[in-house]
Amino acid sequence: MTNVKVKSVAKTYGPISVLTDISTEFPEGSFTSLLGPSGSGKTTLLRIIAGFIKPDEGVIMIGNNDVTNVPVWGRNIGMMFQSYALFPHMTIAQNVAFGLERRGIKGEAARKEVDRALEMVRLSGFGDRTPKQLSGGQQQRVALARAIVIKPSVLLLDEPLSALDRRLRQEMQVELLRIQRESGLTTIFVTHDQEEALTLSDKVAILDRGRIVQIGEPETVYERPLTRFAAEFLGDSNFLSGKVENGAVRLSNGTVVRSDSALPGNGADVTLAIRPEKMSLATADGQPNRLSARITTVIYAGPVLSYILETPDGLPLKLFAQNRDGRVLREGETVSLSWSPEHTIAVAN
Amino acid sequence: MRQLGRFYLIAILLFLYTPIVVMMAMGFNASPLYELPFTFSTRWYEALLSNQPLLKAGANSIIIALITAVIATTLGTMASVALSRRTFRGRSLLQILLLPPIAIPWLITGTAMLIFFYWSGIGRGMHALLIGHVALAIPYVVLVVGTGFKTVRADLEEAAMSLGSTPVHAFFSVTLPLLYPSILGAALFAFAVSLDQFVISYFLATPGYTTLPVQIYSAIRKGFTPEINAISTLLLLGSMAAILIFARFAKPGDTRDKR
Repeated sequence: MTNVKVKSVAKTYGPISVLTDISTEFPEGSFTSLLGPSGSGKTTLLRIIAGFIKPDEGVIMIGNNDVTNVPVWGRNIGMMFQSYALFPHMTIAQNVAFGLERRGIKGEAARKEVDRALEMVRLSGFGDRTPKQLSGGQQQRVALARAIVIKPSVLLLDEPLSALDRRLRQEMQVELLRIQRESGLTTIFVTHDQEEALTLSDKVAILDRGRIVQIGEPETVYERPLTRFAAEFLGDSNFLSGKVENGAVRLSNGTVVRSDSALPGNGADVTLAIRPEKMSLATADGQPNRLSARITTVIYAGPVLSYILETPDGLPLKLFAQNRDGRVLREGETVSLSWSPEHTIAVAN
Repeated sequence: MRQLGRFYLIAILLFLYTPIVVMMAMGFNASPLYELPFTFSTRWYEALLSNQPLLKAGANSIIIALITAVIATTLGTMASVALSRRTFRGRSLLQILLLPPIAIPWLITGTAMLIFFYWSGIGRGMHALLIGHVALAIPYVVLVVGTGFKTVRADLEEAAMSLGSTPVHAFFSVTLPLLYPSILGAALFAFAVSLDQFVISYFLATPGYTTLPVQIYSAIRKGFTPEINAISTLLLLGSMAAILIFARFAKPGDTRDKR
């Protein structure tokens, strides 16, 4: 159990800057997701921490050790790959024992550790089978057992659940979280699935074009996005832009919107983000922020209704409503929307 | 339709094996002039035992083929590792240049080798034969092992390294065991290329050191004896046994899960 520190890490491939001045800390025992679209540099960052890629600049610390120049095999990491990467010519027990053997643990001692690890991932008795005889979910659990049996300093997960189908993925999420909590391993998890990042992590780091644009607890990152990208990539957002006027924001159509966010001085351009589920269709709840809009599309998804709307001056909006009163509004209806200044977040563009 | 298919299959097998079967049978026929009726005899095998030049050439051929297989497979596998796992300047050029030798007529390669070996002082003889055969076999090895590499995912080695393996240990404990059917196939290919080789061997052999195909050729020029049938039969049975053993264990072309 150790923390991981990344200091001023940069990596370029030819003219392309993949990571730019990344500095962050992964606290001991924490579960951090690196979330971003493909090309954001999240996998590169993970592979730099693992030691597969050497950064052009910067320092990687695992605990108190500077491992920047230590190769992968000397870093004591546990890693899970998207493709499971189980050794097909070995049995499950041999796969799990592989890292132990490299550490000089053999025979009875190794067998005990392997049994314990397989028990942890609920695969006791599978030791004599080969990877091909297991389902995808089972193979992934073997990969997890193989990664944690060596008691690594840090657990690195490279989109390990993306090859599983939805139901299995949810099961594995629960399993992964349980095992991470039991083992107390500092865990870094790369994903492009925002829901996965929110449900699993203590901390979410959002990456965009080689930079960490925001890092924090899931709730903070979701409720208080700092940039337009963060607001858009993690969840959905409506964006309103206007100019600051006497502590509020005047939109181009003249509507004045209030926000609890700290706003710049009078006359400055500002972008406001409002989550679609924070907007309400009820008009009489005394909220100061209102807009009227016409419903262009209704998406009925059972418990949640999604409305796509358009203001008279052509601004597109999204609104999620609980399917509570059983009344579904129709396309073409004009409605009045309201929301609270608390949920009106000023974001950087 | 089925009848027709079977007929074709039998016709093809007959076409392939009749000459060989006739040759094998004639090795056991008492008549030196292939006269019928067939009289069973082992006299040609007995004669073979006392035909020192033919036996020595046969032994030379097998020794050269074995050494060629070992060297070409080692070098070719190393080249495949570099070509499929590393990036370096000139990689694609190398990859392209490794294949044309397969298509260059042996007569041309042989002439070129003879001239070059003469000019450079390498000369002729066993070492020259070995160099020539290894050079000839390497492209086949790279082709076969390179294809095998495509089935071994690179992240397996990465997984091994994350568990504490050095790249060398990862290669020997993970990649090599998975590649072994391809490597075995490549070695067999190299062995066969060398054993079969006549044109280049003819140029590089010396009167004192020759291989079986060259020896057979010069023997036929002097006058054909069924001893040649005898040694050819032995050689044939040997290589067929090798191939059958390989097919039994490596199952080339079998992509089904082995459960």
